[in-house]
Amino acid sequence: MSETATAAAARASNVCIELRGAGKVYPSRRGEVVALQDVSLDIEDGEFVSLLGPSGCGKSTLLKCIAGLEDISNGDLLVRGERVDGPPLGLGMVFQRDLLLDWRTVLDNTLIMAEFQGLDRREQKPRAIALLERFGLGGFIDRHPWELSGGMRQRAAICRALLTEPNILLMDEPFGALDAMTRDDLNVELTRIWQTAKRTVLFVTHSIAEAIFLSDRVVVMTPGPGRVREVVRIELPRPRPLAVQGTPEFAAYVTYLRGLFAELGVARN
Amino acid sequence: MSGRGGTLLVLTALVLLWEFAVRGLGVQPILLPAPSRIIAEIVSSPWFWLRQSGDTLITTVAGFALAVVLGVSLAIGIVYSRLLERVIYTLLVALNSLPKVALAPLFVIWMGTGVEPKIAIAVMLAIFSIVVDMVLGLRSIDPDILAMAYVSRARPIAVLWKIRLPNALPTLFAGMKVGISFALVGAIVGEFVAGSDGLGTAILIAEGQFDTTRVFAALVMLGLMGTALFYALEFAEGLLLPWHPSHRARHGNSRG
Repeated sequence: MSETATAAAARASNVCIELRGAGKVYPSRRGEVVALQDVSLDIEDGEFVSLLGPSGCGKSTLLKCIAGLEDISNGDLLVRGERVDGPPLGLGMVFQRDLLLDWRTVLDNTLIMAEFQGLDRREQKPRAIALLERFGLGGFIDRHPWELSGGMRQRAAICRALLTEPNILLMDEPFGALDAMTRDDLNVELTRIWQTAKRTVLFVTHSIAEAIFLSDRVVVMTPGPGRVREVVRIELPRPRPLAVQGTPEFAAYVTYLRGLFAELGVARN
Repeated sequence: MSGRGGTLLVLTALVLLWEFAVRGLGVQPILLPAPSRIIAEIVSSPWFWLRQSGDTLITTVAGFALAVVLGVSLAIGIVYSRLLERVIYTLLVALNSLPKVALAPLFVIWMGTGVEPKIAIAVMLAIFSIVVDMVLGLRSIDPDILAMAYVSRARPIAVLWKIRLPNALPTLFAGMKVGISFALVGAIVGEFVAGSDGLGTAILIAEGQFDTTRVFAALVMLGLMGTALFYALEFAEGLLLPWHPSHRARHGNSRG
């Protein structure tokens, strides 16, 4: 299929992010390091997809390529039918660390997104406050990041990414540094936010339970070189309460995914 | 006992020790005048000392302000341009390895004996630490924060203004605190080589008359001025950077 035909097909079928044989090679002193190899994947509009795998499987690299932070070395990477060359419009990203600016209050940290994108700060302010309130930070908008807990800081970082209402949200192990309880809490909030305004979410994690709980589909990735091993559709009904994690269906997904990794020798059962 | 009270106590004790040692041992005032004599000298002609101090202060502050403006601009140029980094940075390092005080007479030849050569010398002495620290501050930014700004489609000017500059302020202040003392040194050196006013000139004249008490009076004024300038900067830093870890404890609202 020619490229224009692919793009046309992408628009027709609501494919948001499209990878065709995408690879990423880093030059190094001892030759080339293959971070990603032959990744083919379609992510549809409004879909919640997790990239699951151990460290070194290229899942963060893949996210960076989609964000336009890095170029793929071969294959095709299209966002809304267009080849990625720099950060695509309408894309928000949440990083592993909150990356809040120490000299700005929580509100100003959120509003920096408006400043970056040349929007009127005063116009965006009520939206920012509403967003922060929704994430339980209403009483902390005038605080500085160093006055908040890790979970609150990451909530503020999510608000910053959501301020301009991106229709694609990339999340790179956003809750990896948080304790299990805060993490559960944020996972529930994230699904709630996602269900009210269905944006495409691509979520990187190395937690099997987190990936199953959040996603429509889980992309299982394996290291050396990073490639897609299998894509697992999660057929649990939504909305999913935390208690879904105790159901036999959930346990079956966990067992299946663990088995995949065990087979590959990256996790023992 | 608070820290400030302790400092004052130790200082008073040292001055008293000096006073009694000079009196008890009968040291000639031409070698080392007693503190009481020095204070009496300043009090006997307060306007003279205030005017001389004012002259030196203006030169110092003008030189320092110019050094900050030039230094920050140079640092931005160095951080954003490979060429400037190679040319200016190398030149600055070479200039700094020279005993800059030795260049002072050149400035007198070029600029005469007015206030200009003195300010120029103050700038020359103060600028190095400001540039070096500002470059460090502009560079030591978390690369992930830059990535966050890039993904958010921030323009380079916004990255400079909203991320790099505020991030560099703490190190800029560190450089300015070193620079302000150097600016004062520069002002005095300028007055030594081309002075008709200021504390540097007052020291030279008093030295010529073997009036050690007046030399010490000038030194006391210089010490007070240098200390005041340093703490003025520290005060400004506290106002501008309440978020920085070095100031959080003082504001009493720090948590984990």
